[in-house]
Amino acid sequence: MYMSVLRTSKSKSEIRKRMVTIITIYSLLAIGLIASFIKSREKTLKACKIAKNAFTKTAPSLLTVLGIVGLTLGILTADTISHLVGAEAGIGATLIAAVLGAITLIPSLVAFPLAGSLLRSGATVMTISTFVTSLVMVGIVTAPLEIKELGKKFAILRNGLGFLAAFLIALIMGALL
Amino acid sequence: MINGIKKFSGPLVILLIYVTLFVTRADLATQSSQVAWDYLKEMILIIPPVFLLMGLIEAWIPKNKIQKWLGKESGFTGIIISFMLGTLPTGPLYVAFPMTATLIHKGASYTNIVVFLGAWGALKIPQLMVEIKFLGLAFTLLRFVLTLIVLVLMGKLMEKILTKKPAYQR
Repeated sequence: MYMSVLRTSKSKSEIRKRMVTIITIYSLLAIGLIASFIKSREKTLKACKIAKNAFTKTAPSLLTVLGIVGLTLGILTADTISHLVGAEAGIGATLIAAVLGAITLIPSLVAFPLAGSLLRSGATVMTISTFVTSLVMVGIVTAPLEIKELGKKFAILRNGLGFLAAFLIALIMGALL
Repeated sequence: MINGIKKFSGPLVILLIYVTLFVTRADLATQSSQVAWDYLKEMILIIPPVFLLMGLIEAWIPKNKIQKWLGKESGFTGIIISFMLGTLPTGPLYVAFPMTATLIHKGASYTNIVVFLGAWGALKIPQLMVEIKFLGLAFTLLRFVLTLIVLVLMGKLMEKILTKKPAYQR
């Protein structure tokens, strides 16, 4: 049932969201580049050079992340996730939800309808908030890039603490809602 | 040559997994490649301008400005600035990491970086709209407030841990 909901909501709003992102980034870039070019040609060229070097350095990690995203989303589809999390209450479902949330990188326009339908079909607030929070706070898939850019220690701490935080937030939300 | 292989060892491993998957579960492999292809198209549009913006920040914004706005002494204002920068509709999280590296390089504190990355991933305005629609206003508001508090605490804790030793290595 929700697959159809997901598809329709994805195609239209997802495209609109992507357009907003792209327009924001390119307008910022255009303003920045023009201002920079007027002020100093050399510095603009320097900026381009920095960008090129950073890009070459990051390209392999970006490709890795791309491949992992494909694998996780290709294998862990919305259907599979709703099947795994299920409509049960209890610690088991919450743990599975936390792990799935940490592993996957689902666009919010797919994730929230999925979470909503699970909630309506009987999953607890705690399970759903664990899933949502760990989804947005922990990124195993993007970890190779995070490690490359910010160091292993930073990445492990941020994701590890984020994972714990997901449970903490879920406990409070489960108690209050 | 060996250097090249080492540099691309990550993508090569991934490629190997895809090939294995194609042999064993062609359906999953096709699905995965389709997703990867979709994301590649998005990346091609988003990555180049982001790196150029990073280059501009690196070239123009002086270190002491970033230190003043986002450094260790920036306090509450720094947290607010990081939070607002993070919630702007500027694309997926993988874009944020290179940007963050630039900010750290220019003297931003770990607390602010954690709030920035957290807001980017968890508290984006367009994302919140979708959340309200499907999970309700109470759920969204509560998650928003709790996440924000947790992020600040996480940032403070990580700041303590990471600045004890010379941490950030590239």
